[in-house]
Amino acid sequence: MTRLAAAFARARAEHRAALVAFTTAGDPTPAACGGILDALVAGGADVVELGMAFTDPMADGPAIQAANLRALGAGTTTVQILSLAAAFRARHPQVPLVLMGYANPMLRRGPDWFARAVAESGVDGVICVDLPPEEDDRLGPALRLQGVAPIRLATPTTDAARLPAVLEGAEGFLYYVSVAGITGLQQAAQGSIDEAVGRLRAATSLPVAVGFGVRTPAQAAAVGRVADGVVVGSALVELVGAHGEAAVPYVTQAVRALADALRAARQEIAA
Amino acid sequence: MNIQNSFRAQPDARGHFGPFGGRFVSETLMPLILELEREYRTAKKDPAFAAEFDDLLRHYVGRPSPLYFAERLTARVRADAVPGKGAKIYLKRDELNHTGAHKINNTVGQILLARRMGKTRIIAETGAGQHGVATATVAARFGLPCVIYMGARDVARQSPNVFRMKLLGAEVRAVESGAKTLKDAMNDAMRDWVANVHNTFYIIGTAAGPHPYPELVRDFQSVIGREAREQMLEREGRLPDLLVAAIGGGSNAIGLFHPFLDDPEVAMLGVEAAGRGLHTDAHAASLAGGAPGVLHGNRTYLLQDGDGQIAEAHSISAGLDYPGIGPEHAWLHETGRVEYASATDDEALAAFQLLCREEGIIPALEPSHALARVVDRAREMDEDRIVLANLCGRGDKDIFTVAEALRVAL
Repeated sequence: MTRLAAAFARARAEHRAALVAFTTAGDPTPAACGGILDALVAGGADVVELGMAFTDPMADGPAIQAANLRALGAGTTTVQILSLAAAFRARHPQVPLVLMGYANPMLRRGPDWFARAVAESGVDGVICVDLPPEEDDRLGPALRLQGVAPIRLATPTTDAARLPAVLEGAEGFLYYVSVAGITGLQQAAQGSIDEAVGRLRAATSLPVAVGFGVRTPAQAAAVGRVADGVVVGSALVELVGAHGEAAVPYVTQAVRALADALRAARQEIAA
Repeated sequence: MNIQNSFRAQPDARGHFGPFGGRFVSETLMPLILELEREYRTAKKDPAFAAEFDDLLRHYVGRPSPLYFAERLTARVRADAVPGKGAKIYLKRDELNHTGAHKINNTVGQILLARRMGKTRIIAETGAGQHGVATATVAARFGLPCVIYMGARDVARQSPNVFRMKLLGAEVRAVESGAKTLKDAMNDAMRDWVANVHNTFYIIGTAAGPHPYPELVRDFQSVIGREAREQMLEREGRLPDLLVAAIGGGSNAIGLFHPFLDDPEVAMLGVEAAGRGLHTDAHAASLAGGAPGVLHGNRTYLLQDGDGQIAEAHSISAGLDYPGIGPEHAWLHETGRVEYASATDDEALAAFQLLCREEGIIPALEPSHALARVVDRAREMDEDRIVLANLCGRGDKDIFTVAEALRVAL
C-alpha cells in the first residue's frame, strides 16, 4: 500500500477525514520551512502538501501569491525544494508528501528529470495545476514510471461527460476544487460540496479530498463529514506570512484545531 | 500543395503547433475552453457569422485598410544604398482602423463569439492599452459590461488609453502584482475568468493563450494579410518579396503572414523588442533570448531562468513588453519558415521619428520596431524588390513616452 493510500485508510478506520495541510516551499525562507513542515505533522496533518513557488501563480489568491513571492524573494530554487522534500522524508518516513505547483517549473529540465528527482526525494504525488488530462503526456507518463501519483483536480465545472477523462490516469486521491475560482477566497455552499462528493465517489475508488476556501475548524468539520480528505492552505500560509520564522507554534496550533475538528465531526453525527 | 506540405494547416486537433500551443489551464477552465472551441468551429462554418464580422469590419472598423507605397521613405533608403539597391516599401495602414490599431479586428470577432455563447460580461488584459481600448469599444458597441486588467506600471505610462477605456464605459483594474505589466495583467484576468466562468468571456488580445485562442485570434487578424495580398496583386501584379511585422505576442504579424505562408517566394521577418539590447536582461525577445516553456495556457518560447521562473520583460513599447510569444510563431521559428530578428528601444525611436518626418505618419512604438528592420533590409535588396510592413498602430498614445525618451518637456 502506498503512503497516500495508507494515510487515507487510517483516517477512514478512525472514522474521520484525512487532513491535508499545505505550505509553500521556501516560505518564509528555505532554512525555516522545514520547521513549518514539522509543525504541520506535529499538529496532526495526515498528508503534507508542499507548494512549488512560481512567479505567475494564476490559480492562487492573494495569500498564496504572497507566499510565492516570499519564497522566491528568499532565493528558493527547485533544488532546494527537492532538498526540503528529501529532508522531510528522512524525518517523517510515513507521512505522505505531495508537491503542488505549475507546469513550467516542473517541466523546465524535462519531465523525466523532474519525475526521477521527486521520486528520489520521497515525494508521493504531484498536483500540476495547469496540466489538464488533455496534456497529460507532458508529465503523467514520467511520473507513473517513477511510481509518483499524478493527482488530478475535479471542479464544479467538471461535468459528468468530462469526469471519466479526469479520472483516467488519476492516482493517489482526487482533489475536488470546491469553488470555481482561486485559492483562499470564497467558500462553497456545503450543499454543493455534499452533492459533488457523492457524485465523485460514485465514479472513482480514489479518496476524494476537498479544498479551496476551507479555512476554519468549523468549515473543515462540515466538509469532513462527507469527504475523505480536507485540504487547508491559505489559512495556514497566512500564519507564516504574519509570523515569519516565529510561525511554528501558531501553525501547530491551527493544524491541531483543524485535526481535532475532523476527529469530532463524524462523532457528532453518530451521537 | 497538399495539406501535409502546408504551413497553413496548424494547429492539430489538440491545438498544437508542432511542440507548441496546447491547453495548459486549470480544470475549472477546461470545459469552457472546449465549449469555446466547439462554438468557434460552428461559427467558422456559419455564413451569417462571417457576414456580420465582415460588415462590422467594413462599416465600424473602416476596412479595408489602405496599402500605401511609402515613396519618400523608399527614396530615403535608396539615397543611402549602393546604386541599384533599395527595395520599394509598402505599408499596410492598419493604424487607420477605428481605435488606432489592428487589435479591433480580433475584438470584433471575439465579441461576436461571446454573444453566440450567451456570455454577458467581458474581461480583457492590456499592455499598451490598445487591446483594452479595442475591447472596451466593442463592449460598448454590444452593450456588455467590461473589466480591463492593466498593470499598474502600464496604467501610469499609458494614461490617455486608460481614460479612453473609462470613457467607453469599461472598468480599468490596475494590477499591482509582479512587475505590474502585461504578464501580471494576464494573470489577474485569468483569476477573474476562473471565478466567473459561468457568465464571462475573456477576450484575449494576442495570438496566444490556451487553444483555441491562438487559432481564432490568428483567423480574425488574417484579414490583414488577405487584404494585403489582394491589394499588392492589384498594385504590382505580384506578391511582395518580404513581409515585416513587429512581435509582442505576435497577433499583427501572424495576421499579415498567415495568408502568405504557402507562397514560397514571400520571405517573412518578425521583429522582437530588444529593449536595451539582447546582451542585457532588459529586453522582450522571447525567441532570441528565451527557451520553450508553459505560461498562460500555452507552450511557447519564454523568458525564464533555469528553474522555469518567468523573467520580467522590458521594452519602451508597452505593447511588446511580454516575456512570451504566440505558439504559432514559436513553431514558424523552429521550422524556419519565418525569420525572426529584433530592434532595440533606440532603433525603434529612430524609426519612429523617421516615419514622422518622411511620410507624415506618426507610428506606434510597436511597428516602429518593424520599421527599424525594414529600412536595413530594404537597403540591401535590389530596387525592383518589394517590402511590405504592417503599420499595426498609430503613435498618438506614445507621444508622452517618446517625449520622455527624447528628453523633451511637454
